[in-house]
Amino acid sequence: MAETTATPARPLVPVRDLAAFAVLALIVLAVFLSQGSVYSLRVMVEAACYAVLTLGLTIQWGYAGLFNVGVMGFLATGAATSMLVSYPTNPDFWNSPGPALVAMFVVKLAICGAAIWLANRAERIGFHRRLKGLLVTAVLIASFVVISWHMTHMADVIESQAGWVGGLGLPVILGWLVAGLVAGLVAWFVGRVCLGLRSDYLAIATLGIAQIIKTFLKNADWLTRGTLTVSPLPWPVPTPANGDFAFARGMYLIVVVIVMALVYLALQRAYYAPWGRMMRAIRDREDAAAAMGKDVTARRREIFVLGCVVMGIGGAMLIHFAQIYDPSGFIDLNHTFLIWVMMILGGAGNNRGAIFGAIFVYIAWTISEPIALWLFHTGAAYAHAWTGWNPPSDLDSRALQMRVFVVGLTITLVLRYAPRGILPEPEARH
Amino acid sequence: MNALVFFFDNAILSGLIIGAIYALGAIGVTLIFGILRFAHFAHGDMMTMGAFLSLIFAVLLQSMGIHSPIALAFFGMFPAMAATALIAILFDKLFYKPLRDAGARPVVMVMASVGVTLMLQGVLRVFGGVSARSMYIGSPKAIFQFHLPDATRPIVLTEPQIILFVFTAVTVFALHYFLTRTRLGKAMRAVSDNPDLASITGIDIRHVVWATWIIGGALACAAGTLLSMDVALKPDLSFNILLPIFAATIVGGIGQPYGAIAGGFLVGLCESFAVFNWSILLRPLEPMFGVDFPSSLAIVPTEYKLMIPFVILIIVLIYRPTGIFKGKVL
Repeated sequence: MAETTATPARPLVPVRDLAAFAVLALIVLAVFLSQGSVYSLRVMVEAACYAVLTLGLTIQWGYAGLFNVGVMGFLATGAATSMLVSYPTNPDFWNSPGPALVAMFVVKLAICGAAIWLANRAERIGFHRRLKGLLVTAVLIASFVVISWHMTHMADVIESQAGWVGGLGLPVILGWLVAGLVAGLVAWFVGRVCLGLRSDYLAIATLGIAQIIKTFLKNADWLTRGTLTVSPLPWPVPTPANGDFAFARGMYLIVVVIVMALVYLALQRAYYAPWGRMMRAIRDREDAAAAMGKDVTARRREIFVLGCVVMGIGGAMLIHFAQIYDPSGFIDLNHTFLIWVMMILGGAGNNRGAIFGAIFVYIAWTISEPIALWLFHTGAAYAHAWTGWNPPSDLDSRALQMRVFVVGLTITLVLRYAPRGILPEPEARH
Repeated sequence: MNALVFFFDNAILSGLIIGAIYALGAIGVTLIFGILRFAHFAHGDMMTMGAFLSLIFAVLLQSMGIHSPIALAFFGMFPAMAATALIAILFDKLFYKPLRDAGARPVVMVMASVGVTLMLQGVLRVFGGVSARSMYIGSPKAIFQFHLPDATRPIVLTEPQIILFVFTAVTVFALHYFLTRTRLGKAMRAVSDNPDLASITGIDIRHVVWATWIIGGALACAAGTLLSMDVALKPDLSFNILLPIFAATIVGGIGQPYGAIAGGFLVGLCESFAVFNWSILLRPLEPMFGVDFPSSLAIVPTEYKLMIPFVILIIVLIYRPTGIFKGKVL
């Protein structure tokens, strides 16, 4: 990342960008011509969803230098939230004691949160420091017992009487917005704990929270049906139920591209605004920015939350398109590290770079599966013909693991040889 | 009495076992964190790689016709430790040193280590497959049972668990001797405390970096091998073991090897206490209190085990970011 604290001048003709996107257009055209429009539209919708996710990551890393290894967690939070908001209601649940239990749960959660908040401020109302420690511990333990007992009881009642809570049956677009808000809320808590400390801690904590969110979604049968999966998720446009896939996917693509364009325009504006300049100042010269009176930690939290809001929306769009909500389908490789590759390859801190990287890498990713299988099968066939070596029976699953290696290799190579990516962040002109 | 034995087996013993594994991993992570100043995300997969190498050496030993009462994997572990240490230095040369020389920020190094961990994962699964396998080739795992006078249930210890405890104890003493009595060990502590001051006094940072990777790599290999001997060699360990190891490192204080050991055992014991079903221990006391305890009284369900290191991490970061042993807050 270049030290671009001053406001970069916007170049008149972005030659590099034009060239990159022209090449990308050719690749997309080739995909459409060779694969047909139904399949290609699917790839393009998913690529556009990934572009939104990458835009969320590029502001965290590119604008502010925050290392988030838990993209999957925020994506999954967004997907689950949006599913709950937009899926049709479950009448069994509303006719059972479930809603009252859930309402009580929220009340208890709020009371416990307030109690913890107060206990942490006990010294202001005249408690000694040691006494405060005891008080905080007691309140934490009490809250844990109350919450976990209530949750076990609630889960039992709902699972036995209604199966699961079901959705709220609200419009899908509203679901996406709430998805962003909830992902942002989770990010706020993570940021509150980790952002005052050095950047490595954020990486560790986001890695942990992503695994925990996935575990929770997989096991919370009462809330999200766990591993039983929820389908079909509604679309904001007519679903391809009548069989016209090309039209339905085309409509979905338009919606996703509109969201992507809105996010892009907002972020582009933010980058050149004083706010973006301040973020870059904090990234490049933290001490100087702090000396100028910027609240470094609060600003970082701000951009971390904002990035996660975008990720939540992107995750919701991605999962709604697949029409099936399956918590086992959230994978670190596809939903965290692939997005990292898109971002650093495209150019961290450059919004057009993020979009370019997302579409380019996603197309490469979709064709990498048949290529990896073909390479391994051909190799195994030759090896068998020449040496009589018998390939292991799980050759296919092994061949796909080669893609993990390639993702890792790309990250290390880009970091070493092209740390600024294909479309670098604009240079500062003083 | 049976309940107590059950408690000892399933809470204390299993906590100590996994704690020893975490400790061995956390020593390497804390040294790398203290000296190279970044969180080494590839440590989990380095453990898996070490275990695979041990298995390969064990198969080699077996094919040479060597038999022993102790598992061959244990003898394969020593050449594997050397090999892992070498590979760790190689990784440093290939991936971390160029970034260090270019003056990259620590967080870029963290990212590079994420890249390395994915590469390792890919290679291990391509060559090793995705299924779990046993480290015991040829001979079965020896199991020792200790009967207490008035309990029907025995205390159970397996061969790899005994090896693990002995190995961990020897390692702790050797590490203590190395860090406090040898030139290089003292140099390492000096670099960890203040790298600028250390290089002014004529300490060769290069040697210190090598020593760090040798200790970290060798112990990661040992931890991976011993864990795989105790359970099974699973290639999908990486991120699930990484979080408790990082938690142990931060609890113990970054750059503090003794802290890492204490932190490892603390996290391990907390995990096993949290998922232990306490009603087994409390049920014999029911007449005393005159109440019925519910049949399952675990603090957290087993599937949420990963929450324990995370919660410990969060609590430490909020209330005592230096860790128990007053490590660095970098």
